[in-house]
Amino acid sequence: MGLETTVAHHGAAHDAHHAELGFWRKYVFSTDHKTIGIWYAITGLLFLLFGFGLMMLMRFQLAYPGQALPIIGALLGEARMPGGLMLPEFYNELGAMHGTIMVFLGVVPLAVGGFGNFVLPLQIGAPDMAFPRINMASYWSYFVGGCVMLASFFVPGGAAQSGWTSYAPLSVIAGSGQTWWLIGMVFLITSSLLGSINFIVTTIQLRAPGLSFWRLPFFVWSQFVTSFLLLLAFPPLEGAAVLQLMDRLAKTSFFLPSGLVVSGQVLEVSGGGNPLLWQHLFWFLAHPEVYVLILPAMGIVAEVIANNTRKPLWGYRSMVYSLIFLGFMSFIVWAHHMFMTGMGTTMAAFFQTTTMIISIPSVVILSALIISLYGGSIRFTTPMLFALAFLPMFGIGGLTGLPLGLTAADIHLHDTYYVIGHFHYVVAPGTIFGLFAGIYYWFPKATGRMLNETLGKLHFFGSFVFMNVIFTPMLLMGLAGVSRRLYDGGASYSHAQGVLQWNVVSSWGAWSLALFQIPFIFNFFWSMFRGRKVDQNPWHATTLEWAAPSPPPHGNFETPPAAHRGPYEYSVPGVSRDYSPQWEAVKA
Amino acid sequence: MSASHDPDGHADVDRHVRAAYFVFGSLLVLTGFTVAVYFLHLPTRAAIALALLIATVKGSLVAAWFMHLVSERKLIYWMLGLTAVLFLPLLLLPTLTVLDRVVLR
Amino acid sequence: MSMEIPYTVEVRPDTGLTNGKLGIWLFLASEVMLFGALFASYVMLRVGAPEWPRGSTYLNIPLATLNTVILISSSVTMVLAWASLVKRDFPRFRLFMGITILCGLGFLVVKYFEYTAKFHHGYFPATNTFLAIYFTLTGLHGLHVIGGMALNGYLWGPGSAMWKTNPTHFTNRVENAGLFWHLVDLVWIFLFPVLYLL
Repeated sequence: MGLETTVAHHGAAHDAHHAELGFWRKYVFSTDHKTIGIWYAITGLLFLLFGFGLMMLMRFQLAYPGQALPIIGALLGEARMPGGLMLPEFYNELGAMHGTIMVFLGVVPLAVGGFGNFVLPLQIGAPDMAFPRINMASYWSYFVGGCVMLASFFVPGGAAQSGWTSYAPLSVIAGSGQTWWLIGMVFLITSSLLGSINFIVTTIQLRAPGLSFWRLPFFVWSQFVTSFLLLLAFPPLEGAAVLQLMDRLAKTSFFLPSGLVVSGQVLEVSGGGNPLLWQHLFWFLAHPEVYVLILPAMGIVAEVIANNTRKPLWGYRSMVYSLIFLGFMSFIVWAHHMFMTGMGTTMAAFFQTTTMIISIPSVVILSALIISLYGGSIRFTTPMLFALAFLPMFGIGGLTGLPLGLTAADIHLHDTYYVIGHFHYVVAPGTIFGLFAGIYYWFPKATGRMLNETLGKLHFFGSFVFMNVIFTPMLLMGLAGVSRRLYDGGASYSHAQGVLQWNVVSSWGAWSLALFQIPFIFNFFWSMFRGRKVDQNPWHATTLEWAAPSPPPHGNFETPPAAHRGPYEYSVPGVSRDYSPQWEAVKA
Repeated sequence: MSASHDPDGHADVDRHVRAAYFVFGSLLVLTGFTVAVYFLHLPTRAAIALALLIATVKGSLVAAWFMHLVSERKLIYWMLGLTAVLFLPLLLLPTLTVLDRVVLR
Repeated sequence: MSMEIPYTVEVRPDTGLTNGKLGIWLFLASEVMLFGALFASYVMLRVGAPEWPRGSTYLNIPLATLNTVILISSSVTMVLAWASLVKRDFPRFRLFMGITILCGLGFLVVKYFEYTAKFHHGYFPATNTFLAIYFTLTGLHGLHVIGGMALNGYLWGPGSAMWKTNPTHFTNRVENAGLFWHLVDLVWIFLFPVLYLL
């Protein structure tokens, strides 16, 4: 009892104090998880848009190599696009930064920083995150990292241009933009580490009474496992970044082999380093990172499906066990990105085996989500449309990954457009569709208003069609042997001549996809002020966040909630309403 | 006060302090061993094994007694266990992938 | 603000932990992976090298042994600092925490002499891979010593005001800071033989 009165007393005292907070403390340096979540989401969406813009530039070069880009070419200046023609160096900058920005500045901040921060405390009935000030620090570290990455475009030599993978020795001898990339990464990694600690402690310690782990929404589980991936996989990349900074700035040779010749001259370094060391440390993070990219989206899709089928998730426990197993396995598959580096057959077989095994939990989760649809009363709302589309898109993404995990097939497919097609299927119509579903689903909780359904469906159908138009051809081009990261899209290679037209198809797909984001952007801002107003639970959902007002006040719940049942008690036999919220007491 | 210590704080803390002094003494002795082993000029592999063994014992003492791991919660043990399990592949697998190409001295 | 969040000071019954205790252990886990990556680099570079110098070729073993003793001692004083708070003896906390910070300073001073001696001999990170990993590992460790000193300094100085308003919370903070400091000691326990003696 003492705790509640303490909480209430301090809550009241704090609200009185809170009323005094100026603009800066309340909005800019807020420690409220909802404000921070919204900052993460908006910043992440802006970076996604920017990264998409970089890609649209690249797609012109790929579709029409050697042709001047009208208007925009002139705007970008003679240093990057003399006469409107893209320099290969600039193409490489665009490629490296597109990947970096989408993964580290766009998707993860939105999926984890945005959705995780906003929804997780609400879904577990907590007043905020365990460490609100660390939460704020984590956002600002991300922001600074993002600024450093953006600023790198303007340094002499331009931004990083050695791929988002920054392989040595190219990255070590590259221009100063690469140093900025490394420093930016240190800020981003710090942000993720602080955030992951917060998420794990919050989930374990701040669950409402009655909310045991087996009553947690799948979304919370997905953020929980994701946080462990971030916590334990990012530090090695931070270590690697330190080593690469040492190579670049202190002239060490961690990644530089002896006798390296650059532009006809032997490099004046001590040598004795190993480029593969960089690859190992990089992929030790980057493989779990791809699960960081997908798991939150799976969590969102699970919530939306349960809610819009009006029945419990099928196989919830299997899904959770799969999630945990997947998280663990993700740490021991990384060298499947390195099959072509000359490792011995024993180690290759080891990584091939773990990679094949890791596909199992993914299949379990996907199958459970699909089976969850069976017998449901499906409401084809916009979030549900995105959630439904996620299923086959992630299916294609996952299945196309299998040949890459088999060493024999990977010989043919490694570093081709097939790889690009594979991972974009998972992240673009996969994760990003999951994130869109989440935006349409939780927008009313954050704002008290609904997004417009008509604009939402327009956004959905256009996006669904054109995502496939962009990425299916890449699978075909890759199978034909067209390498990735080619400045001219393969135009100078004889084996690519038969498939070059697909570059044009993909490019028009990308530009069309951009057009269909306009209804979404308009909808997002317009609905904040003019959207249909709703009460606290417009979707008739069961999880705890819908017990809070829309939008929730500081401290979230008027009275601290308790959980009395599982998270997906929809269509319970004998109950007249088709949903039994977690927070409502069980009637005797 | 954390619940890993009993409500009668003072007696418990005195035990901790006595243990800390004992660990301190052990650590100094083991540090002496560490340096002494060096002067044995053992072959490389044996030297590595012995040095790591002694370091592990020292580290375990620090972890167990200075960091209170002997009386910590199960949850912390699980987290650290997970970390240890993931630490090993990180430490060893990169080198294993190049073992067939290097000459082991 | 922080008082609104439950289990900041008292433990959550089913986990037996405060938020801070759990949080610091998670952070330490991430630090283990960070140094693990650098040790992994050491292993890969050394195994792949045609020849690798003995530590004594470049490094000063007596000084490093001294530093080992300094850090171990500072870990003990850190425990004693925390124990003093548990026994509600604030002046003794101040004494032992002060000694801990001074030990950290001593460590850094020794390191300063070590590094400058190397530079004087023309030994730089760029000279060879052994020195590269030596400077990087000890440098990163040194940064953690500085960080730990800053944290301990804060708790010794301005942060100690919390002792008057919330002694239990302050004691927990010192305990958690101690955990970080012990990790710094623990990393050095492995660094010392690996770099200097093998």
